[in-house]
Amino acid sequence: MSALRGLPVRSVLRRRFSPIDIAVLIAVLAAIYGVLSVGRGLTVSLSPEGVSHVSTNPEHLPYDAARSLLRMFTALFFSFVFTLTYGYAAARSRRAEKVLIPILDILQSVPVLGFLTFTVTAFIALFPGSELGLECASIFAIFTAQAWNLTFSFYQSEKTLPRELDELSRSLRLTRWQRFWKIEVPNGAIGLVWNGMMSFGGSWFFLVASEAISVRNQNYHLPGIGSFVGAAIAKGDLGAVGLAIATMIVLVIGVNVLFWRPLTAWCERYRYETTEAEEVQRSLVLDLIMRSSWPRVIGRARRRVAERIGRTMRILGRDDAPPPVPDARRRAGDIAFAAVIGAAVIYGGYRALDFIATAPHAGLHEIPHTFALGAATFARVAVLLVVATLVWVPVGVWIGLNPKVARIAQPVVQVLASFPANFLFPFAVLAFIKLGISLNIGGVLLMSLGAQWYILFNAIAGASAIPSDLRETMDVYGVRRWQRWRRLIIPGILGAYVTGGITAAGGAWNASIVAEVVSYHHTTLTATGLGAYIVENTGNHARLLLGIAVMCIYVVATNRLLWRRLYRLAENRYSL
Amino acid sequence: MDNRAPSSAHPAPGRRAIVSVRDLTKHFATRDGGELPVLEGITLDVYSGEIVALLGKSGSGKSTLLRCIAGLIAPSSGTVTYRGAPLRGVNPGVALVFQTFALLPWLTVQQNVELGLEAQGVEAEERARRALEAIDLIGLDGFESAFPKELSGGMRQRVGFARALVVNPDLLLMDEPFSALDVLTAENLRTELLELWQAGEFPADAILMVTHNIEEAVAFADRVVVLGTNPGRIRTELRVEEARPRDRRSPEFAALVEVIYGIMTDRPAQVAPPAAEESGVEQVMLPHASVDGIAGLAELVLSAGEDAELADLAALVGFEIDDLFPLIDALTLLGFATVENGHIRLTETGEQFATADIQRSKEIFREALLTRVPLVRRIHRALEHSVDGTLREGFFLDLLHGHYSNDEARAQLETAIDWGRYAELFEYDAARGEIRLPAPAEVA
Repeated sequence: MSALRGLPVRSVLRRRFSPIDIAVLIAVLAAIYGVLSVGRGLTVSLSPEGVSHVSTNPEHLPYDAARSLLRMFTALFFSFVFTLTYGYAAARSRRAEKVLIPILDILQSVPVLGFLTFTVTAFIALFPGSELGLECASIFAIFTAQAWNLTFSFYQSEKTLPRELDELSRSLRLTRWQRFWKIEVPNGAIGLVWNGMMSFGGSWFFLVASEAISVRNQNYHLPGIGSFVGAAIAKGDLGAVGLAIATMIVLVIGVNVLFWRPLTAWCERYRYETTEAEEVQRSLVLDLIMRSSWPRVIGRARRRVAERIGRTMRILGRDDAPPPVPDARRRAGDIAFAAVIGAAVIYGGYRALDFIATAPHAGLHEIPHTFALGAATFARVAVLLVVATLVWVPVGVWIGLNPKVARIAQPVVQVLASFPANFLFPFAVLAFIKLGISLNIGGVLLMSLGAQWYILFNAIAGASAIPSDLRETMDVYGVRRWQRWRRLIIPGILGAYVTGGITAAGGAWNASIVAEVVSYHHTTLTATGLGAYIVENTGNHARLLLGIAVMCIYVVATNRLLWRRLYRLAENRYSL
Repeated sequence: MDNRAPSSAHPAPGRRAIVSVRDLTKHFATRDGGELPVLEGITLDVYSGEIVALLGKSGSGKSTLLRCIAGLIAPSSGTVTYRGAPLRGVNPGVALVFQTFALLPWLTVQQNVELGLEAQGVEAEERARRALEAIDLIGLDGFESAFPKELSGGMRQRVGFARALVVNPDLLLMDEPFSALDVLTAENLRTELLELWQAGEFPADAILMVTHNIEEAVAFADRVVVLGTNPGRIRTELRVEEARPRDRRSPEFAALVEVIYGIMTDRPAQVAPPAAEESGVEQVMLPHASVDGIAGLAELVLSAGEDAELADLAALVGFEIDDLFPLIDALTLLGFATVENGHIRLTETGEQFATADIQRSKEIFREALLTRVPLVRRIHRALEHSVDGTLREGFFLDLLHGHYSNDEARAQLETAIDWGRYAELFEYDAARGEIRLPAPAEVA
C-alpha cells in the first residue's frame, strides 16, 4: 500500500522478473497487431457538421472545462469498475493471475499515447457519424492512464488481506457478496483512493492530448479544455492559452479540494488496525459535509438499497468452500493451460514479426533504425532524470526536513505534477523559435515540464520520513555536508526516490510522443527520436507497431535493469 | 506424573460429542517437495457443557488444530466430525474468537456483531434485536454505535465475543483470546466470561480455547489437553476438578500448574541425544533464542540457586511461557542446564558460562556449539573445507529446506548464524548472503 504518506509504491518494482514477462510483452504486441489489422479496413467518415465547434472564445471555456471534467470522472468510474473486476479475478484465480498480472505489468510500461490515433479511428468506426466515438476514444485514453495503477493497488490489497479477516469471513460463512463489499473492498480502500488521486492527476495530460487529434490529415475535436488550447495554439493566441491555463489550475485545485482531499480524509476509517497512520488526513470540506445531515439521510437510503441487493446477491453463494488440496489433476490442468497460452503467444509474436517484415514501407531492416531512434529518446530521458535529480533532490530534501515548509510545499508540488504540461508547450516552443534552439535539445525541457515534479514530490516525502532521532544523532556527532548525505540522507530517501524516478521516467517516455513533434501557429519543430517516429507513422501500422514495441522494450528494460534493482537495494538495506 | 488423568476421560458418558477429531494429521509442504508434519495422530472429543483448553508451546500446532476443527484448513489425513457428520468446508456449528480481535474498523460495534447474522439472511430488525441482546450480555451496552478504534483492547475483544456468541454456536473456539490484552484486563474478561458460563446464560454449549499460558488453562478449563512439539501430538490430558472460581494461591492449583510445567519441559524420549557426533541437522532443531537471552537465563538460574522451579522463574521475570521455553531449550541443548520435573539446574559448564568474563564465556559457548549443535558444526566445517572460506547462505538453506518449512528453515539458519557470530566461528554478510570464516584481523 502507501509506504510514504500515500505514495503508491510502484508494483512494477515489487515483482520479480520472469520469462513470462517477455511472453506477455510479445502477446500484448500481437494483440495490438490483431486490433490494428482489423481496424485497417475501417473507413472513417465524419461529416464536418458532426464535429463540434472549436473556438477560442473565452465564453465557451466554462462549458469546455465541464465537458473535460465529465470525461475525467467517467474514465475514473470505468477505471474503478475495471479495477474491481480485473483485480478480483487476478487475486482469486491462480491461473488467471499468471496471465493477468504480467499483462498489467506491461500495460503500465506501454506508451499509451502511441495508440491514440488508432483508438480514435476504432471508436469512430464503432459509432459512425456521431461524436460519441470521439468521446469514447478520449475517455479510453484517460482510462488507460488511470486504470493500471489502481488495479495493481487493489490486487496487492487482495493478496495481502490479513489472514484473520479471511478466516473471519469464512468462519462466519459470509456471502461472497458480503465478503467483497464488507471486507475486501474496504481493506483496499486507502490504496484505491491514494492511487486514484495520483493517477487522476497524471491523466490530465492524456485528456489534453486526446481531445484534439488528427488522423490521416483529418482533424477531430471534442469540446473540451484540451481542444480549446489546441485551437489557441494553432491560432497563436497566447492570451487564450493563458486563460486556459488559469482555468486548468482552478480545475486541478478544485478537484483536489472538493473531491480527493475529503475522500482521503474520509477513507481513514478504512485503515486496518495493524497499520498506524503517520499523519491523519484532514479535510475542511469533509468536516463540513459530515456536519450536515446528508450523510445520515444518504446512509439510511444506501443501507436500505444495499440490504435488498445483498439479499439478491445471496445467489452468488457463501464463502465456505472447502480448502483446496493440491492434486495431480490440477497440475495437468496447469500444464495444458500454459501450453495453450504459450502457443498463442508464439503464434501471435510470429504474425506480428511477419507483419512488420512484409508490410510496405517497413521490413526488418527498419528495426536497427528504430532502436537507434530509441537510443536518442533514451538519451533525452536520461539527461532529464540526471538534471532533475541534481536540481530537485536537494530542494526536496531541504523542504522535507523543514516540516513547516513541507506542509505548504507538498500540495503545491502535487498540483504542479497534476498540471498537464502540454499546456505550457506553446510558450516553450515560442522561446525555442526565438532563440533558435533545436528541438533535439529543447525536447528534454518539454518532457521535463511534467516529469520532473515526481522526483521533487518523492524527495520531499522521503526526507520528511527520516526519523528525527537519526537527524539529531548526526547533529550530535557533527556529521555534516557530504558525509551526512552519504550516511543518512541518500540511504533514507532512496526508496522514495526510486518510486519518483520510475514514475518520472515513464512520464517522460510518454511525453516524448507529444514533445518530439510540436507545432505552434504555422511552425512545426521536429526532433530525432522514437516519439517523433511514432507520431509520423500513425498512418503506417507496421511502423507504428514497431515504434511502440521498441519503446516498450526500452521502458521495460530500464525498469528491470535499473529501477527494480535500486528498489530492492533500498528495501533490503535502507528501509527505515 | 501420577496425577495425570487417563487420556480418554469422558466428562459424561452417554453424551454425544459436539466435535470429534479422529487420527488427524496435518503436513505442510516444504519447498523441495517434502512434507513437514505439524500435527500427528490427534484424537479428541469436545462434549457439550465443558471447557477444554489446548495448551502447547509455539510450534505445537495448537492453532492449526483449532483451524482444522473450524474447517478453515483441511487435515492431511484423519477426520473432523461435527455432530457425527464429517466436515465439508467450514464447520457450521462453531464461532471463532481471534487473538487479534479481527474487527472490521470500518463497521460500528453493532454492524460488526450483526455480520454473521446477515450472512445467515436474518431480517434487519431481528438482526438488530439479537445483536443488541448480545452486546448487552457481554457488557458493551452504550458502545453499539462506536467504531472499534474508539475502544480499548478489552472492549474490542468483547466485541469479538459478542460477534461469535450472537450466532448461538454449539462450540465457541477461542484462539489465545486474552494474550493480546494486558494482565488486569485479561483477568477481568476471563472472570466475567466464566461468570456467564457458570450462570448458565452462555449462548454456546462448549468452549475450546487455545492458549500457551498454563495458569490460564488451569484457571479456565475443565480439561487441559497438552500438545507436544515437532510434530504436535497430544502428550497428556488432565482434568481440573476444582470448583470455580478457582483460587490461584491454593496448593492444588499450584501443584497442577507445576505438573504441567514438568510435562511441557520434558524432552520427549524419541529425540536423539544432541551430543552424538553423527546426528544430522534435522535431528536437532534450534530453539529461537538470542545469545543475550540464554546468558541472562543462565545467570538467573545461578542466582536462584540449586534446583530452581521453572514456574517461579517465569513469575520472577514476568515471562510468558513462549518466551521462556526457547531459552530453556537452548540451555539444555548446549549442555548448560538440565531440566527435570519442572526444575532447572545448571551443569558445571553452565556455571562456568554464567560466571566467566566475555572472552571466556565466548570460548565456552564456541566449544558447546561445536560439540552439541550439528547445524553450526556443519556450517563451520563446510567453511573450513571451502576454497576461500566463504559460502552462500543459499547452500545451507537448501540443506534445511529438506526438513523444515520455508520460514522455519530461515529461522534455523538465522539462529545458527546469530550463535556462530557471537562465538566468532564465522561472519555473515547480509547484503551478499554470504557466510565466511573470520579474517585474522580486519580494519573496518
